Amino acid sequence: MKPAPFSYSRPTTLDEALASLAADPDAKVLAGGQSLVPLLSMRLAAPSALVDINAVPDLDHVRTDEKGVRVGALARHAAVLADPEARRVQPLVSLALQRVAHPTIRNRGTTVGSLVHADASAEMPVVLVLLGGSITAASVAGTRTIEAADLYVGPLESTLRHDEIATEAFFPALPGDAGVAFDEIARRHGDYALCGVAAVVRADEAGSITSVRAGYLSVSDLPTVVDLSEAFAAGTLDDASLDAAADLALASLDPAADIHATADYRAHLARVLTKRVVRQAHDDCTARREGDA
Amino acid sequence: MTTKLFGQAVQRVEDDRLLRGQGQYTDDLMPGALHAAVLRSPHAHARILAIDVDAVLDVEGVVAVYTHEDLVGAMAEPLPLLIPHPTLTHGRTQYALARDEINYVGEAIAMVVAVDRYVAEDAVDRIRVDYDVLPPVVGIENARDGDLLVHDDVPGNRAARMEQQVGDAEAAIAAAPHRLSLDLQVERSACMPMEGRATLARWDTDSRRMQVWTSTQTSTGVRAAVASKLGLDLGQVDVITPDVGGGFGVKIVHPWPEELLVPMAARALGRPVKFIEDRREHFISSAHERGQLQHVDVGFDDDGRLLGLSVQFWHDNGAYTPYGLIVPIITSTQLLGPYKPDNYKVVFDSLYTNTVIVTPYRGAGRPQGVYAMERTMDAIAAYLGKDRTEVRAANFIQPDEFPYDHGLLFQDGRPLIYDSGDYPASLEKLKALVDWDDFERIRDEARAEGRKVGIGIACYVEGTGVGPYEGGHVHVETSGKVKVSTGLTSQGQGHQTAFAQIVADELGVPFEDVEVVTGDTRRSPYSVGTFASRAAVMSGSAIALAARKTREKVLRIAADALETTPEDLEIVNGVVQVKGAPGSRIELGTIAVLSNPLRYAFDEASKAATQFVVGDPSKPPVAEDDEPGLEGKDFYSPPRSTFANGMHAVVVETDPETAEITILRYAVVHDCGNLINPLIVEGQVHGGVAQGVGGALYERMAYNEHGQLENASFMDFLMPYVSEVPKRIEIDHLETPSPLNPLGLKGAGEAGVIPSAAVFASAIEDAEGFPITSMPISPSELFALRLHHEQKLQEGPHA
Ligand SMILES: Cc1cc2nc3c(=O)[nH]c(=O)nc-3n(C[C@H](O)[C@H](O)[C@H](O)COP(=O)(O)OP(=O)(O)OC[C@H]3O[C@@H](n4cnc5c(N)ncnc54)[C@H](O)[C@@H]3O)c2cc1C
Repeated sequence: MKPAPFSYSRPTTLDEALASLAADPDAKVLAGGQSLVPLLSMRLAAPSALVDINAVPDLDHVRTDEKGVRVGALARHAAVLADPEARRVQPLVSLALQRVAHPTIRNRGTTVGSLVHADASAEMPVVLVLLGGSITAASVAGTRTIEAADLYVGPLESTLRHDEIATEAFFPALPGDAGVAFDEIARRHGDYALCGVAAVVRADEAGSITSVRAGYLSVSDLPTVVDLSEAFAAGTLDDASLDAAADLALASLDPAADIHATADYRAHLARVLTKRVVRQAHDDCTARREGDA
Repeated sequence: MTTKLFGQAVQRVEDDRLLRGQGQYTDDLMPGALHAAVLRSPHAHARILAIDVDAVLDVEGVVAVYTHEDLVGAMAEPLPLLIPHPTLTHGRTQYALARDEINYVGEAIAMVVAVDRYVAEDAVDRIRVDYDVLPPVVGIENARDGDLLVHDDVPGNRAARMEQQVGDAEAAIAAAPHRLSLDLQVERSACMPMEGRATLARWDTDSRRMQVWTSTQTSTGVRAAVASKLGLDLGQVDVITPDVGGGFGVKIVHPWPEELLVPMAARALGRPVKFIEDRREHFISSAHERGQLQHVDVGFDDDGRLLGLSVQFWHDNGAYTPYGLIVPIITSTQLLGPYKPDNYKVVFDSLYTNTVIVTPYRGAGRPQGVYAMERTMDAIAAYLGKDRTEVRAANFIQPDEFPYDHGLLFQDGRPLIYDSGDYPASLEKLKALVDWDDFERIRDEARAEGRKVGIGIACYVEGTGVGPYEGGHVHVETSGKVKVSTGLTSQGQGHQTAFAQIVADELGVPFEDVEVVTGDTRRSPYSVGTFASRAAVMSGSAIALAARKTREKVLRIAADALETTPEDLEIVNGVVQVKGAPGSRIELGTIAVLSNPLRYAFDEASKAATQFVVGDPSKPPVAEDDEPGLEGKDFYSPPRSTFANGMHAVVVETDPETAEITILRYAVVHDCGNLINPLIVEGQVHGGVAQGVGGALYERMAYNEHGQLENASFMDFLMPYVSEVPKRIEIDHLETPSPLNPLGLKGAGEAGVIPSAAVFASAIEDAEGFPITSMPISPSELFALRLHHEQKLQEGPHA
C-alpha cells in the first residue's frame, strides 16, 4: 500500500500549476487527497507527477450573492458546510455536504475535488446537476465554463480535460418558490450511500406544485436527475402522486448489485427515498412560502 | 491497612502513554532497518510453473529477493502444524514461501528486501510468475461436495471428521414428544486489529544472537519457531513483544511466514530487517474465522426441556490447518452453554477451501456454537408458544450441580467440567436489567405506531483460562520498587494495571511502585501466550503466587532483623511493621538490601549489606536453601479450564420500509468470577460487543466464485464505526468465584463477542416474525427475506 514513484510539485501560482499540467499528460492535480491518495496507495492510479494545488493562492473562497454560491477549488467540504450564507442561499448544498464522509475527511477533502472526481456515488455531483450549476475550468489555453449537464460522461469520468484545473464551482441560489430536501441510506454513518436522493419542489403562490425534480446517487452510472413533475400534474402531493413519481424515477434508473446490496434493494430504496425526499422538499417549499407570507 | 486494590476500578496505567501516541510498536523501532515486501498470489488455486526475479535486482535500493528455492534446511519444509489431533488425519500447512502450488489469494510466494517499503513494493511488482491456474474451491457447500479438491491428496476436502457423544441422542430424539430440525449458517469475519502483523529482526554478528521484535500473542512460541527453523539454539534467540496494537487471536498463530523470513534475511544480510503488514495484506493473508454450516436435530418435552440434541456442522478451515481443530472443537463443546441435554451427539467436518486460513478470532468457535444452541432454544420456544427465557431456564444446570461434568473432551484435551456458575441468578439479573417482562407491551405499542421492534436473548458459557501454564516473577529492588515479569504478551488489555493491582495487594506495596513487563523472553523464557481469555487466570494467578513467595521471604528477613516472628508482621505501604507496634518497622527496600550479601558498597543503601556489616561469620552468607536477592518466582498450572458465563439481551428496531436495523438497547450480565478491575472488564465487554455488532450486522468476507476477496479494504469490509455500536451498554456483574485458582478468577477477554450473532438473530426474528437462520444479516438481506415471507404468505398454506 505504498504509491508507485511519481514526481511532485507544489506551485505557488495558478499559471505555474497549469503549465506543469500542460507539460505532462500523465500528471494529476492533488487537492484534498481524500480520493486520490487512497488510489495511489492501492496502486490503482500511478500518475507520473502530482501537481499539488494547495499552495496556489485565492482558491479557497466560499462566495455568496443572490445568484448563488461560488466555491473555490481549495474550499474544504467543512468550510462550505459551515458557511451560513451558503446555507441560506442554497440550503441543498449543506444538506448534502452533511452526508459526505466524516468530519476528518471533510476537513481536507474539497468540494470541487469531489465534483470533478465524478463519482456517481458521491453527493455533490448530483446536487450540482440537479441545481443546474457549473464549474469553471482553467488551462494554459484560457478559461471556460462547463455546465453541470455536460460535465459527467461515465463512471469517474468527466469532460474536464487532463490539463485543466477546476478553479471554482457555482451552485445557483434556491428560487423563492422552491423547497429542497436530501436523504440517503448508507451501510454505516458517513459511508458512500447505497442510494441517495435530492429533490427540488416548486409551487406557485397558491401552493400548487409546478415542478418536481429529483437527483439520484449510487443507482446508476452517472449522477442522474429525473423530472417528476408529470406525477404532480394536479398540483398536489398525496400517496398516489408520490407512488407515480417513484415509478417515473425508477424507469430512468439502473441500479446495480454489489456486495452491499442487491439491485432490487437499491431500486426499493430509490422508491422509498423518492417518496420521503419529495415529501420533505414539498414541506420545505410550503414552509418557506408561509414563512415569507 | 492499605486499601485493597483487587476489585477496584483503577485507571489503566497504559492509557496515558498510548493515548498520547507514545506507544512503541514494532514499526516505531529501528527506523533505519531494511524493509521487506511480499509477493502474494493473485490466484486462489494455481500451480507455479516458473518464477522470474531477474527484473527485481535492477531496481535501485533492492538488497535481496527470496523464493522457495532460496530456503534451506528446515526453512524449506512446510510450516509447523502447531496443534495436532488424532482426528486431524489430513492436516496441511503452507511453506514460508510457496513451493509449487498456491491455495489462496494472498499466499506468500516471494519476499523482497529493500531500503524502504516503497522500493520493495516497486520491486515486487516486477517479479514474473507463470501460473497454471486451477479451479478453486470456494464456499462450504462446494468443499463438502468434493467435486473439486484443494489438495489433491485430501479426498472430499476433509481435513478431519470428529465425533463426540454422550448418551444416545438419536434414540432420545426419536422418542421425544416434540422434534425440530434447523439448518443454520454463519459467515466469515476476521480480527482486524488496528496494527497488522509486524516483525523486526536483528542478527548480531559478533555475539551471534538473534533479536526479534514481533507483534505477537506468543513471544515464546515465535522464539521456539525461529530457533528451530533457522537452526539456532534457543539461547541464541530473544523475542521481545513491544506494544501490540491488538491481536484478537490472529497473532497467536505462529510462526507467520514473515516471522521466519525476516530473521532469516536479517542474518543473511547482517542488517536489521522489518516487515510491516499493510491492510490489504492483512485481509488476504492473515487469518479469518467463523464460517460454518450447521444442522441441528433436537427432541424436547412439553416444557421445552432438551431430551436429545444432535448437531452436525461443516467448518471452513481455509487452505491450511496450522492451528489444528481448536476452533471446531470449541464450537462442538461450548455449544452446550449453560444447558444440560442428557443426550448429545456432535459431528463435524473440518473442510479445506481455497481461501485464507481459519484460526481463532476472539470467541474462537464459541459464537458459532452459541448461535446453533440459542437458535434452537428460540425455535423450541416458538414451537411451544412459550417465553424464550422460560425454555432456557428449564434447561439450566443448577447452582448445586457444580462441578458439572458434560462427559465430553474440551479443546485442551481435558474433561469438559464446569467449575462454577449461577445461571438462574444471571437470567434473573438480565431480565430485570432489560425489563424483559415488560417487552410484550413495548412491542405492541410500537406495532400500533407502525414500528417494528424486537428483543433477543442469548446465553453462553465460555471455557477460559486454559493451561498448560504461565509463570510470574516478582523482584523487589533496593529502592523498594517492584519489578514484575510474566511471559504472556499484552495487546492492550491492561495487564500492567491488573497485574500491578494483584502484586500491590499481595505484597503491601504502593500500586505506583509496581512495574510489569510482559512478553519478553529475556525475562520470562517459559510461557505460553495470550489467548482464550487466559491472561488474568493464568498469569494473574502465577504472579499472585510469586508475590506470596516474595512476601514470605520479606517477612522472614524482616522477622530476623526486627527480632520477631513472621506471623507478627504486616506490610503496609512498602513498610514491614510489627502488628500493633508500627514504630518497629523496616522498609521493603532495606530488606532487599539485606537479602543480598555484598562485597562492594556502591551506594549508601548497599553499605548495610556489605560483608563486614551483616551476617553471622560462622555461616555462609547465603544459607543453603536460600538464594540472594528478594525475588519470588512461581508457575500456575490449572487442572482444567475455568468456565465464565454471561447472558446478553438486545432490543432492535427494524425499519418497515428500508429494513435498516437499529440497536435501541444492549444489556449484558456477565460472570467472570472475581473481578480484579471492573473498569477493565467492562472495557473488554464493550469492545467485545462492538466487535460482535460488526460480526452480526456488518462484516463478512466477500469471496467471489474465483476466490477473490472483493472487500479487502476498510471501505468495503464494514467494520462498525463508533456511530454503529450502542451508545450505552448496560452491564451487571455476577461474581461466582472459580474454585480452581488462588484468586477465584475466570476470564473476560472474549465474553462480549460470543453471543452476538445469536442475540441479534433472536431480536430480529422477534421483530419480524419469521426465522433468521443466516448471520450476519444486512438490510438488503432482511429486505429479501421479507419479500420471500410475504410471498409465502400470499401463496397460502397449500402452495
Ligand atoms: C473514508 C472516506 C469516505 C468518504 N466518503 C465520501 C462520501 O460519503 N461521499 C463523497 O462524496 N465523498 C466521500 N469521500 C471522498 C471525499 O469527499 C473526497 O474529498 C472527494 O471525493 C475528493 O476531494 P479531494 O479534494 O480530496 O480530491 P483529491 O483526492 O485530491 O482528488 C480527487 C481527483 O480529482 C482531481 N482533482 C481534485 N481537485 C481538482 C481540481 N481543482 N481540478 C482538477 N482536478 C482536480 C484529482 O486529480 C483526482 O483525480 C470519502 C473519502 C474517504 C477517504
